[in-house]
Amino acid sequence: MSDRAGTVRAVVAGHGDFAAGMVSAVQQITGRGDMFRAISARDLSASDLDALLIRTLEETGARVVFTDLQAGSCSMATRRVLRDHPTVLLIAGVNLPMLLDFAFAEQMPPVEAARHALERGRAAISAAGGTGNAGGAA
Amino acid sequence: MSLVLFRIDDRLIHGQVVVGWGQPLDIGFIVLVDDEVAKSEWEQELYRMGTPPEMDVYFHSVVDAESALVRYNGEERNGILLTGNIESMLRLVQDAGVRTVNIGGIHHRPGRRQRLRYVFLFPEEEQLLRQMASLGAAVTAQDVPSSRAVDLTELLESEASVQ
Repeated sequence: MSDRAGTVRAVVAGHGDFAAGMVSAVQQITGRGDMFRAISARDLSASDLDALLIRTLEETGARVVFTDLQAGSCSMATRRVLRDHPTVLLIAGVNLPMLLDFAFAEQMPPVEAARHALERGRAAISAAGGTGNAGGAA
Repeated sequence: MSLVLFRIDDRLIHGQVVVGWGQPLDIGFIVLVDDEVAKSEWEQELYRMGTPPEMDVYFHSVVDAESALVRYNGEERNGILLTGNIESMLRLVQDAGVRTVNIGGIHHRPGRRQRLRYVFLFPEEEQLLRQMASLGAAVTAQDVPSSRAVDLTELLESEASVQ
């Protein structure tokens, strides 16, 4: 184990197993999954989700929250937290390239690293193919 | 009638509503009926931020909503009406003619009994739901469009069997 172990730098929050899946993907690719704490909105009321998020931020000291969907309840809960804790940074619409960039930016403070990762994640979306009709809907 | 879904959901606006129902029903607006939110600019801003730009959100207290519903039912776009609790929806069934009610999410609290994965009820809440039905409302529980709609009788007989 490195000296990183146990230092959570960000929370990943989303629907279903999204967050746990994202973190496991980061772990598989980089071995740095322990930098993240995953939480799920599944079957929680808004107030229970708020409480879970606040508890997670307090326990870990993390100040960055990545969420899956801007309209999702994890994003709403994080915005509620921001009201009293404006130093927390919310990034909604996370993708794997974004988390990987964040995972490797250990030398930066988490909030700065997250802003950098946001740009990287945005730029990492691409399309290929899609020409012709074969197999496609009209 | 352009309000196409009347939903009780203690999370109010969130992914299941905006995307899960919003996409298949081609939703253009959401009417959020909640006395607390109607009083708080800050909460309203929060829910606006959580809604895609192509959807409008309108906020009402329960009392306001009773008269405003007529206007929304004249809208050309499809809309969802949301309340955060059963009491508010019952008022709209009593006084505003709501006739179909979707229970979308009422989550765990100490003292509530689990009926479905996403429905937990106090005994008094069960009474309110029965009252809705006796007023002629079709009450079903369904979290997302692809899941089965569970009618009220079955809901109140069911013990949580899932997870």
